[in-house]
Amino acid sequence: MVMTPTAYYPTTNIKTSSWRTSKPVIDYSKCTRCMICWKFCPDVAIDINENPDYEAPADRIKKMEAPFIDYDHCKGCGICANECPFDAIEMVREGENK
Amino acid sequence: MYEIRFHGRGGQGAVTASKMLAMAAFKENKWVTTFPFYGTERRGAPVTAFTRIDNVKIELRSQIYEPDAVILLDKSLLKLVNVTEGLKPNGLVLINGKKGDFESNNGFKVAYVDATSIALKNHLGDPSHPIVNTAILGAFSKVSGIVSVDSMKSAVRDISPSKINENVNAIEEAYEEVEVA
Amino acid sequence: MKAQNITREIMTGNEAVATGVKLARVKFISAYPITPQTAIVEKLAEMVANNKINAKFIEVESEHSAMASTMTSEITGIRSFTASSSHGILYMHEMLHWVAGSRLPVLMAVVNRAIGPPWNIWADQTDSITQRDTGWMQVYCESNQEAMDSILLGYKVAENKNVMLPIMSMQDAFTLSHTSEPVIIRDESDAYDYIGDLNLPFSIDLKNPLGYGSLMPPDGPFMELKKDMRDSMYRALDVVKEETKKFNDKFNADFPGLIENFMMEDADYALITMGSMSSTGKYTVRKLREKGMKVGLIRILFYRPFPAEEILKSIRGLKGLGVLDRSITFGQRGAVYEDVVTSLYNKTDIPIKNYIIGLGGRDIRVKDYERMYEGLMEGGDSMEWINVGGK
Repeated sequence: MVMTPTAYYPTTNIKTSSWRTSKPVIDYSKCTRCMICWKFCPDVAIDINENPDYEAPADRIKKMEAPFIDYDHCKGCGICANECPFDAIEMVREGENK
Repeated sequence: MYEIRFHGRGGQGAVTASKMLAMAAFKENKWVTTFPFYGTERRGAPVTAFTRIDNVKIELRSQIYEPDAVILLDKSLLKLVNVTEGLKPNGLVLINGKKGDFESNNGFKVAYVDATSIALKNHLGDPSHPIVNTAILGAFSKVSGIVSVDSMKSAVRDISPSKINENVNAIEEAYEEVEVA
Repeated sequence: MKAQNITREIMTGNEAVATGVKLARVKFISAYPITPQTAIVEKLAEMVANNKINAKFIEVESEHSAMASTMTSEITGIRSFTASSSHGILYMHEMLHWVAGSRLPVLMAVVNRAIGPPWNIWADQTDSITQRDTGWMQVYCESNQEAMDSILLGYKVAENKNVMLPIMSMQDAFTLSHTSEPVIIRDESDAYDYIGDLNLPFSIDLKNPLGYGSLMPPDGPFMELKKDMRDSMYRALDVVKEETKKFNDKFNADFPGLIENFMMEDADYALITMGSMSSTGKYTVRKLREKGMKVGLIRILFYRPFPAEEILKSIRGLKGLGVLDRSITFGQRGAVYEDVVTSLYNKTDIPIKNYIIGLGGRDIRVKDYERMYEGLMEGGDSMEWINVGGK
């Protein structure tokens, strides 16, 4: 049996977000559920809520699957806010209330 | 030889603090060496920096295992890191915080300064990331007596990329406010 | 001509290298960033942009291209420089052979960093040690002062008409590259006086075109060219001695030369070291001497060419000798150990131990040196791995 440079280190159960300096906040009244943020997140830190109870820009959107931020794993890179075609995501400084 | 170990998080200025302290001692004609120990280089990761000060050329290049003083820029590290590991008996612990943040019955000399408030008052950094390094150096100068506050101010004037007056103010305020427990 | 005013500043090893490159009037720089060498390249790029150094800076997409462009610049007769580390050195490995075989006195700064896997950014000499077969000369620095001085001295040795081989100058990752300590900045005009301009005997010239490294069949002078490389490298031993003397006279410096003997005059036991770890060794020697132990340290600066004669002189009278290797090469023993033992073959009865230490940046401490000297006193010629397998 030899030593190998392999590591089993799943970070699902570890918060990899403690060094975030700002966090994305979704304004669901603008979110059309296009899922571009979910697609672009490099950290798999945006999940899908299949039965959301959020605001929506229109009634027909209210029951659609919606993205939500996994704040335990979001590192605050801001790519989602940058990519959102509807400006529905704002980056808010940690420590400030929003 | 006097050995100081800094504990901070990436982005708080721990490494710059260790360099400023070295520069201050250098201005007093001491020999100095200072170096960081990086884990992953990212904002928020724990960072350790080492500074050695001596009257003669320093040959020791290992990490500092038995410091004379430890300086803690972020008290949230107390849960993650044994900041006083190896600290010499009667060694100095200087914390950015207030009395009660650190309990010790090891005979260490413990000092506190609210470097975060001093930094914010002087517009150094912002609430989520105050730049506390110059304040804590002002406090260190007072409680350790290793480097004069004038040398510290001079070093900070040389090294600060910006806000030189604010940084010098922070040194002076911390120098006055630091308390030994 | 001695410098009138001494300028002393605190600087990191990377800054010291960049300053050395400026003092050496390098005219061409091409490098690819890699931790922990990045600051060298950044500092030089900044100096070029601010006209503090009169050099051309070319960005490339890889270390292989960095060495290729440095080489081709040197071929035109321009003093050229590059820097790299770890996997960057490996990436340019083929070009290292090509530069040395072309007899071009390029200088490269190497920040010694471990080779993965596993991925590791800390101090370890495997990257340069595994290039010891390429025909490049090698000098290992112990301090930021040497990091700066080795650039001036290095070019002078490499460009000597009887040498004409490239040279790499090593600084350990973080323990020198990112460590700030006082350094004397050599006077610019004294430096130019010392180093002069490059005068390459066979540079590319449109009026006198020539080919470099073209096809050579077995009967052509292939072996003779290789023998000349080897002979030139070992002629460099005397050149290093001469240049060290000239350098020290010029700058009132104390660059040791091929090796440094530390408290060796009456030593019973000695360790051979290379690089920044030697300083902690000296500290330990002093500490053990206070306890009455007669120990010493031999520090190799120039590893290629290998200073066999100097080492033979230094070990006279020893009861035990140990060689540290801060690298792993999977030979019979460590690389430096093998060179030491080969050079002493049939010339000594002293038992020689090998210590593998500090790989992947594992800190080298006073207690590690104490263990190694204790091991020498135990006797024998075993190979021991220091501080391995748990705290």
